[in-house]
Amino acid sequence: MSGEDERKLICDTPDCINNTLLPTCPGCLHGVVARCVCEAIDDLGIQENAIGVVGVGCHAMTAGAVEVDTISTAHGRAPGVATGIKRAYYGEAIVFTFQGDGDLGAIGLGDVLNAVNRGEKLTTIFFNNAGYGNTGGQMGPTTIEGQVTTTSPYGRDPAQSGFPLHMAEMMASLRGCAYSARVGINNLKNYAGARKAVKAAFQKQMDNIGYGFVEFLCTCPPGWKKKPDEAFHWMEKAMMEEYQLGEFKNVDEIT
Amino acid sequence: MDEKVLLTGNIAAAEGALYAGCRHYFGYPITPQSDVVEYFSAKLPQMGGEFVQSESECTSINMLYGAAACGIRAMTSTSSPGFSLMQEGISHIAAAELPCVIMHVQRGGPGSGSTQTAQMDYNQVVKGGGHGEYRLIVLAPDSVQEIFDFVQLGFYLAEKYRNPALVLTDAIIGQMKEDVELRTIDFGPTPEDRSWALKIHRSPKGKSANVHSAVGIVGIYNEWLARTNEKYENIKRDEVRFQSMFMEDAELAIVAYGSSGRAAKGACKLAREEGLKVGVLRPITLWPFPQPQIEELASRVKKILVVEDNLGQMVEDVRGAVEGRAEVHFMGVFSRHMPDCNGMIFPDTILEEVKKLL
Repeated sequence: MSGEDERKLICDTPDCINNTLLPTCPGCLHGVVARCVCEAIDDLGIQENAIGVVGVGCHAMTAGAVEVDTISTAHGRAPGVATGIKRAYYGEAIVFTFQGDGDLGAIGLGDVLNAVNRGEKLTTIFFNNAGYGNTGGQMGPTTIEGQVTTTSPYGRDPAQSGFPLHMAEMMASLRGCAYSARVGINNLKNYAGARKAVKAAFQKQMDNIGYGFVEFLCTCPPGWKKKPDEAFHWMEKAMMEEYQLGEFKNVDEIT
Repeated sequence: MDEKVLLTGNIAAAEGALYAGCRHYFGYPITPQSDVVEYFSAKLPQMGGEFVQSESECTSINMLYGAAACGIRAMTSTSSPGFSLMQEGISHIAAAELPCVIMHVQRGGPGSGSTQTAQMDYNQVVKGGGHGEYRLIVLAPDSVQEIFDFVQLGFYLAEKYRNPALVLTDAIIGQMKEDVELRTIDFGPTPEDRSWALKIHRSPKGKSANVHSAVGIVGIYNEWLARTNEKYENIKRDEVRFQSMFMEDAELAIVAYGSSGRAAKGACKLAREEGLKVGVLRPITLWPFPQPQIEELASRVKKILVVEDNLGQMVEDVRGAVEGRAEVHFMGVFSRHMPDCNGMIFPDTILEEVKKLL
């Protein structure tokens, strides 16, 4: 082999990516979500006006991969902070939040519902990995029925701790929401759909229409106490059975 | 002569912000400051500003966090129960070292307490309130004019030190009307460096801004502690403000702030008319606390009377400064003219206490 002459670049890194090493665990898909968001930002040419807002959780570390101005907030409070930034720049900034399931679906549920209901022109990237990863694998609002976690050691029992929260469908039911989808990144076909969904969610903000929301189904091998491949297959089977992929809302005007 | 208008303290706070160039306000209705929210909702859209009514004080303060991170002048206001809800966000704003102004119109507590006046949030405002070690610059006006002026001063000090500032009033001075001279006050230049702020039209090749409150996770903890500690020491050295009245030959000093400071000044004038040697020291900055001035006072007077509309909070700081070198007496909520939440501490009640002590 003569080397360089025969090597062809088939996939480059996005312009918007910051090549900081992410402290994510083996088998975690959060870095793939970051790449997907970076590609969407590149495609839309919005890097110079994009500002990222993160809550507390593994998703917050992931934002370090996106080369834009960022701000970290208290747990669950990103939609309010994002509102302040959006209003500070009179709508000119393209503001997105990164939030996990505990951050958005539990402690910050009221914050996001009210931001969407106000019809804020914001975009939320929601990392659903069915539990709290950062604190060691506790039950979260999107933990599925029967799932064993460190705080549901006998499996999540709906009679005792309720039901898995379907955020993408809930967001779609609000009038201030312009776009809502749930996406997977488990294969190339789904990845292409995810990139398209993130672009659509940003486009609703750029066109000043309304809130854009994209839920990513992710893995958490250490939190789930599974090996990376087992975690990947469990996500494809158990999580995708509970959480249907699809576009739940896509409108050009909120009314 | 600039324009003089009759305004309530709460509306003067809003006007002070507008005269300071603040065009962003986030708030939630709560008695006795709902008129501030209403006023901004009418004014800001006419002035090209942004008004957002949040779903809670928790979100008001987070909206303020986001706006302040962009380096613009922004404000929120609330009253006691709402202020409790803001503690998480205030802790984050202080950690991220962002300039902004919080207007706090006190009512009675704890719990839902009362909707009437009180000064029961001194400890919460001055000692922190949220988790971790941080300080707010706390300004305590005693007139409608001072409310108008101190909101502007609050913006200046907040930007000078990159630290949240708080203007502390109560239902009495928030709701009462006085003549106010409306003008923009020039306190001098503020730091030009805005490299820390979130920006738009940013060059992708330039260094991105990263505003964060995770001072020991994203940042280096001891660097943050050392930097903010130095900042707080500078503020303590340079920014103490107080009003001193009839102190030259005083044998007894009254120490009181805000509405109680106003009553204390009234009592002092009455005492002087009767030839009694009484003076007043009114802290204007509650943090930084005028500790050196009270230390000095303790060597000159035999007795100090602290008046505050609560069960005794600032009196602990006065005792700390006096260190036993003078007698420290306290009169508080039980000296109100009516024995319920509608009561107030009047100058003649303070005068009676002064006479007992002299």
